[in-house]
Amino acid sequence: MTVVGDQVSGEVVAPEPPVEEEQSYAPPKRRTNRAWWLVVPVVVSVAFTAVIPLMTVVNYSVQDVFSPVDRVFVGLEWFRAIARDPEVHAALVRTLLFSLQVLLLEIPLGVALAVVMPRRGMGVSLALVLVALPLLIPWNVVGTIWQIFARGDIGLGGWTINNVLGINFNYTLDSTDAWITVLLMDVWHWTPLVALLAYAGLRSIPEPYFQAAQIDGASAWATFRHIQLPRLRGVLTIAILLRFMDSLMIYTEPFVVTGGGPGNATSFLSILLSKIAVGQFDVGPAAAFSLLYFLIVQVICYVFFTVLTRSGR
Amino acid sequence: MATLMLPLLWMFGMSIRPNEDILGAFSLIPQRVTFDNYVTFFTDSAWYSSYLNSIIYTSLNAVMSLTVALPAAYAFSRFRFAGDKHLFFWLLTNRMAPAAVFLLPFFQIYQSVGLFDTHLGVAIAHMLFNVPLAVWILEGFMSAIPREIDETAAIDGYSMPRFFIRIFLPMIRSAIGVTAFFCFMFSWVELLIARTITSVNAKPIAATMTRTVSAAGVDWGLLATAGVLTIVPGAIVIWFVRNYIAKGFALGRV
Repeated sequence: MTVVGDQVSGEVVAPEPPVEEEQSYAPPKRRTNRAWWLVVPVVVSVAFTAVIPLMTVVNYSVQDVFSPVDRVFVGLEWFRAIARDPEVHAALVRTLLFSLQVLLLEIPLGVALAVVMPRRGMGVSLALVLVALPLLIPWNVVGTIWQIFARGDIGLGGWTINNVLGINFNYTLDSTDAWITVLLMDVWHWTPLVALLAYAGLRSIPEPYFQAAQIDGASAWATFRHIQLPRLRGVLTIAILLRFMDSLMIYTEPFVVTGGGPGNATSFLSILLSKIAVGQFDVGPAAAFSLLYFLIVQVICYVFFTVLTRSGR
Repeated sequence: MATLMLPLLWMFGMSIRPNEDILGAFSLIPQRVTFDNYVTFFTDSAWYSSYLNSIIYTSLNAVMSLTVALPAAYAFSRFRFAGDKHLFFWLLTNRMAPAAVFLLPFFQIYQSVGLFDTHLGVAIAHMLFNVPLAVWILEGFMSAIPREIDETAAIDGYSMPRFFIRIFLPMIRSAIGVTAFFCFMFSWVELLIARTITSVNAKPIAATMTRTVSAAGVDWGLLATAGVLTIVPGAIVIWFVRNYIAKGFALGRV
């Protein structure tokens, strides 16, 4: 008697080949280490601008520098001091809180702005230029503008709040007001970045999608939710991460507006860092601080980065 | 949109009135209009030369950043190679480095290699944050272009470099426009590094602006004028790339 071959082969199903992570639409990426040659210029330029300076900072962080020739190796002393400093902890919390608020305000606002921006005609150019304007002002000038703008006596913004709305607003005395001023300034300054990226993303959606949606009688919200938003994932990832990273490092603008005050109300990590580095000229602790700062930002961003890039795949 | 413009209009208003009026009392519309501030800007060489300096190193930076970023972004979007993901993230980490961290080392290194106070020096220093950004944005846009196009071109007998220049670059020109704009912008507004590694010859406009803070107080009018004028080159750049941003990507048109 012979075995029924069909039955046997029918039962033993070969396991599916493991699915590639980026299986979506295209054939899998080609695996070749020759691609390294394409990356070499970037690696060289970054090595010169980032790695070498960073090594110097590491060098400083483990020494007590009295003068260029007189220095003592102190090990991890500075790191220990910085990590225990309550002022640093407070500044860290403040910075994180600020970043979260920035994201919550700027991302929806930016996308909304991008959606309502005109899609064709002369209005396109005009809208693009107008939206981009705040981005093109040097940061210290942004700070200066807002410093005047929010002033109660001669600034348009502050004057309006005080005299028209009747709210007593003074960012140099009240810490909440100072926080709001810096936050508003950041929203004003950076929402355009989100809007520009989102706009570029929206333009990549082929017109037929919208026509089809129209024929189906989809509402504006449904069109946005099911056609525009999914297509924005890539650029929004960039926008969110960029805004997150930059808001963690914000320095110039709040420094000009409030100088970190009143009290310590707007002392973010970077402002505290420069106080130690330039104000007190403690090179060692400043270097240790900046390395820890760098590390914290990286860890947070790494988590963020992996979450954002994995979730969509 | 209108609220977006308010502080800018306010700044423009400040630039065309004398200082006494700015500090005197609040007024929405300038009482006396003067263009003295603009005259000062364009006759004082410290002002207009630093303006030119900024334009030179910013353009230089945009070109250099794009040149090194384009092939790298292509590699990241098309191939898998040993350590690609780590390398990509490592590049990004440089975008996260607080500029203050690099001030002292930059100062020392640039002094010793003779890049101090040169346009090239600032352009290279700004590659620190612009190259990762350029790679990142370009990679995102390139990945949106189906890989089949590369393969079709290969079958048609295109070599890699020829395909890249003749077919691929034109396809992503909108992305290049957007990226160039962002490089320009971030380099244009950066002050901390640019100020540290320059003294006279390549001094950026943003650093000259701090000059208005003198013993006599802040020259608000002149500062506002400079502020208004700093927007101009960027506005011109975005005017040129507007079509690339607006036209969208040539997806599926080939």
